[in-house]
Amino acid sequence: MSGKRTAAVQPPVPMMARSHPPATHAANSPGGRGAGRSPGRDGWLRLASLAAFVLLWQLGAMLADSRTLPDPLTVLARIVDETVSLSLPGHLAVTLGRVVVAFAAAMLIGALFGMAMGRWRSLDAFFDAWLVLGLNIPALVTIILCYVWFGLNDWAAILAVAINKIPTVIVTVREGARAVDPKLLDVARAYRLSRRTTFVRVYLPQLVPYLMAAARSGLSLIWKIVLVVELLGRSEGVGFQLNVFFQFFDITGILAYTLAFAAVVLVVEAWLLRPLERRLTGWRV
Amino acid sequence: MLEIRIDRKCYPDRGGRPHVALSGLNLAVQRGEFVCVVGPSGCGKSTLLNIVGGLDRELDGRVTMNGAFPEDVGFMFQEPRLMPWMSVLDNVLLVAREGVSEGGSGAVAPEGAAERQRERAIALLQAMELEDVLDAFPARLSGGMMRRVALARAFINEPELLLMDEPFVSLDSPTANRLREMLVAQWQRCGASVLFVTHDLREALALADRVCFLSAAPGRVVLDLAVELPRPRDADAQAVDRLYQALLARHPELLGGLARSVETKGAAQ
Repeated sequence: MSGKRTAAVQPPVPMMARSHPPATHAANSPGGRGAGRSPGRDGWLRLASLAAFVLLWQLGAMLADSRTLPDPLTVLARIVDETVSLSLPGHLAVTLGRVVVAFAAAMLIGALFGMAMGRWRSLDAFFDAWLVLGLNIPALVTIILCYVWFGLNDWAAILAVAINKIPTVIVTVREGARAVDPKLLDVARAYRLSRRTTFVRVYLPQLVPYLMAAARSGLSLIWKIVLVVELLGRSEGVGFQLNVFFQFFDITGILAYTLAFAAVVLVVEAWLLRPLERRLTGWRV
Repeated sequence: MLEIRIDRKCYPDRGGRPHVALSGLNLAVQRGEFVCVVGPSGCGKSTLLNIVGGLDRELDGRVTMNGAFPEDVGFMFQEPRLMPWMSVLDNVLLVAREGVSEGGSGAVAPEGAAERQRERAIALLQAMELEDVLDAFPARLSGGMMRRVALARAFINEPELLLMDEPFVSLDSPTANRLREMLVAQWQRCGASVLFVTHDLREALALADRVCFLSAAPGRVVLDLAVELPRPRDADAQAVDRLYQALLARHPELLGGLARSVETKGAAQ
């Protein structure tokens, strides 16, 4: 059951026989795990794909009414305007702050519960129904309830986001905790390693692929939910601003903010998460 | 001196019924002695090592080394069991303890201790002829090289007691012989007591000061045999072979099952 929920796919790389870390969602890793391809050629393909996207957009804008679909240059000019006026960076920073806090909280709490539930069967049996419930509550419901119960403030907003993400982290990490090799833990016990050393150097490294999978899918989920949270109950941030643009039917503004935010997420993915993953899983020959 | 007294050790089998693995087993290993435990498969050899190594603490009985449960232990498993995410050197350093050194100069700065551990690990890996792969990950190594890393790991703390659970099984015989030579060299250097479990009687005769034969489950020692062949020995050497044949002639009932399994294994290679 849990395997399906995380959309676990076996990655096409050689693995240690016993561990089967779920691959991250395909949309998050455009060619990220491709083995044996030359990086130069990969880069060109990615550039070509970007160019094709902009071209299609331009064509669509020319065919359609410019008010409902502005062309790329108009949107770019708008991004520049909003950046110069500092309005875009301001809202972006607020939203990113919420993303970071909610992401960190969700990863930490989810990883702790995931490890505990993978380790102790009784705990797993006890919380399993809660987990199914958590996985299936619509994001909108938790957001509304958090605002109603805790007021229209930042903590309620972050809590709502974290609650939406925690169950999926738990499911992924629990899968990893179940796959931890007891034989390697026996090595730690035979050599009388301290609990701390055992946890940090023997146990945790076996969870890294699962934690990375949870982090990458988590980032994309969280920033989507943060926008909804901001739209419903905050007076600053990208989500709030999108709502304002919607009221004024300002499609250029909406696209400008969306693109700016998407760019930030892509940068985080490419310059932070992917190098981190490569570093941590470099031993997989 | 290591003293093992196991009155009774059982664990639930697959059906959940208690299976008596060891019963009435008494075994002593002198300081610096190399003892091999030989027995048919399923007689509880691995269970015995897990108990002595502290991996399995539920038993009726007592294991003591100089009055306390043995804590200064090196353990070599049937598989190499290296951490695949650590380099060869880091795998050895993972289990390295402070305060194991020839000098023993008490208070040293932590950096100094770490540096000394590192030097010790590198020297040991060099003795195992692994100096070219210090920074390689285990997945790149051959089976024989992985065992050598595991052997270096077992000796890094120069333990009082070394436990070995058929560590050279499923290696081709030149590789296994080479590893046995390395093992004996390290053992003679640091003077650990060794408890070495195997189902291969020739291997036991080639290595041990004393060979203890276990019965079929529930296992107990049924024959305690001192091996007085001069070292260095060789598992294929004539002296070992003569002793092997003599034993088979003298104790056919005891070694029948064992010899057969060894014989078929030899034929398959």
